[in-house]
Amino acid sequence: MSGFKMLKNDEKVVFGLRELYAGLGYSQYKMNKFEEYDLYVKNKDFLISENVITFTDTNGKLMALKPDVTLSIIKNSKDEVGCVSKVYYNENVYRVSDRTHAFRELMQVGLECIGDLDDYCLCEVISLAAKSLEYVSPDYILDISHLGIISYIIDALGVTGSDRDSIIHCIGEKNLHDLSAICEDLAVDSNMSELFKQVVSLYGTVDSILPALEQIAADYPDMTAASQFIKLCRAFDAFGVGDRLHIDFSVVNDIHYYNGLVFKGFINGVPDSVLSGGQYDKLMKKMGRRSGAIGFAVYLDTLERMTDNSDRYDVDTLLLYDGTADLDTVSRAVGELTASGKSVTAQRRIPEKLRCREVLILKDGEVTTLENNA
Amino acid sequence: MKTMLNVALPKGRLGEKVYAMFEKAGFECPSIKENNRKLIFENEEVGVRYFWVKPSDVAIYVERGAADIGVAGKDILLEYRPNVYELLDLDIGKCRMAVAAKAGFRDDPQKTLKVATKFSNIAATYYNSQGRDIDIIHLNGSIEIAPILGLSDVIVDIVETGTTLKENNLEVIETIVPISARLIANKSGFKFKSEQIELLKNSLAQQVKDKAQ
Repeated sequence: MSGFKMLKNDEKVVFGLRELYAGLGYSQYKMNKFEEYDLYVKNKDFLISENVITFTDTNGKLMALKPDVTLSIIKNSKDEVGCVSKVYYNENVYRVSDRTHAFRELMQVGLECIGDLDDYCLCEVISLAAKSLEYVSPDYILDISHLGIISYIIDALGVTGSDRDSIIHCIGEKNLHDLSAICEDLAVDSNMSELFKQVVSLYGTVDSILPALEQIAADYPDMTAASQFIKLCRAFDAFGVGDRLHIDFSVVNDIHYYNGLVFKGFINGVPDSVLSGGQYDKLMKKMGRRSGAIGFAVYLDTLERMTDNSDRYDVDTLLLYDGTADLDTVSRAVGELTASGKSVTAQRRIPEKLRCREVLILKDGEVTTLENNA
Repeated sequence: MKTMLNVALPKGRLGEKVYAMFEKAGFECPSIKENNRKLIFENEEVGVRYFWVKPSDVAIYVERGAADIGVAGKDILLEYRPNVYELLDLDIGKCRMAVAAKAGFRDDPQKTLKVATKFSNIAATYYNSQGRDIDIIHLNGSIEIAPILGLSDVIVDIVETGTTLKENNLEVIETIVPISARLIANKSGFKFKSEQIELLKNSLAQQVKDKAQ
C-alpha cells in the first residue's frame, strides 16, 4: 500500500495543491503559530470570526493564535514596482465556528499574489482556484463576480450607511423581493434599481451570461468595471478554465476590503463553499500598502462532508495467528501481504469493531482465508 | 434516473399550502397525500423528495444541505440568519412581527424596557436600531402572559389576527416587520440543481403574480 493511499482526503488535497502552486512558481510561506494581537485588532472586520485566542507573552506583549494567514503575508510583503510576490501556505488557523460557537483548529491551504498585478496575474489566480477545486472533485463550480459592477450601481443609487449594508445583504441572498422593497422605500432611480435586479438575477456559465453583460457595458459606458470583467472572462478560456466557471453577482465578500474580482468555489455534495477569495486592494491600502493583491483559501474542514468509500475499512487484512506460532513465520506472512500492497494487522484474536476486507488465519505455517468482506 | 431535488416543507397548514403550489408547478408527489405518519415522500419520475419538518427547523435542514430548498417564515430567517439564498416571497403565511403591551401601556424611556420574546435576535436588533436599553427575557411559549404577570413590559411576537392579544387585554403598539413564507435554497445545492430550482421558482413566482392580480 502506497503512503499516498493511506492519507486522509484533506491530507491528499494538501499534497496535491502544494504541487500545483509550486509548479507555477509560488513559494511556501511559513509563519509562526502566534502573531501580535495588534495586527488582527486593527483589521478585525477582515477576519471570518472576530474572536481571537490571545495570551500575554513573557515580554508583556499581547499575542494571538493566528486566526488568519493573509494579514501576516501582507505585513511581510514589499511594494516593488513591476514585481509580484507569489506565495502559498498550508497552515492551521484558530477560529470560532459559526455552528458550534467554539474555537476550532482548522487546516487551511491558500495562496496570495501581491504586488504590481496585471490581468495575467488575475487570470492565473482564477485558474489556480478552479484547478484547486478540480483537484478536490471534478464536480465543482467556481462562481465569480466583480465588485466594481456592484459598487457602481450602489454608488449610482446614492445609498449609504445601513441601507447600503442591507442592500449588500440582499445581493448575497439573491433576495430580489426585499431588494425591490428597499429600493422602493428609498425612492431611488427606477432605471438603476431595475439594472440592479437584472445584474443580481444573472447566473450561469460565462458563455451564457456574457451577452447580457456586454449589453449592460454598452448601455453604461462609464461602468469601466463591466468592460474589464468581460475582458477577463474572455481570457479565462486560454487558461483552461471551462464551463465550470459561473458568473454570479451574489458573491459579495466584504465590500470594505475587497474590490474587483471575488469568487467562491463549491463541490457537489458539500453544503458550504469550500474556497473563497478575491482582490483585496482596499485592505492593502488600509494597511498602508501601494500594491494590489489577490488570493484565495481552501477550507479543508468542509471536505469532511465528502463521501469517501476508502474509509469503509480500517485495514485490508486481519491476519490471525496463535500464540504458539513461530515469529519468523508470522513476520514472513505479514511481509508477503504488505508487499502485495495490502495493509495488515496481525492479531491473536479478532478485535471488537474492527472493519477489514478479509480475515486470514495462519496455522501450521499455512495462510488460509477465514472471511472475505470485500 | 433524474437528480432528486430535496425539499423541506414546514409541517402544518402552511406546509400543505406550499405543497399545493409546488404540485401546481409540476413537482407533484401523490404519496404525500396518503393518510399515514411517514415523513419522507418521493416521486422519482419527477425527481423530487419532500420531507416534513418542524417549521423552525426548515432553515437548518437547508443551510446544512440535507434539503436543497425549503420554505421558511421570514421570522425564522431574521431570527437565525441562516446562510442560504432567499429566492422568493411566496406571499402566504402572512403576519407581522410586532411589539405588544397591556392596553394603555406607556413606555418610560428612563427605565430599561423588559421585553419577553421567542425572537431574541429580532428584538435586540430592533431596539438597538432605536438606541433603546432593553432587558430580553427569552421565553419559549405563552408569551402573552408575560406582561399580564408583570414579567415584562412588552412582548415581541408574531401577530396574525390579533385575537389572542385582544383576549388577553393586550394591543399592538409597534409593527417591526411584515412576515411571510419565503422560498430558500442551500447555496451549494443551488449551483448543482439550478435548472430544477429556477424552473420551480419561476412557476411559483407566476402563481404569486396571478394571485395578486
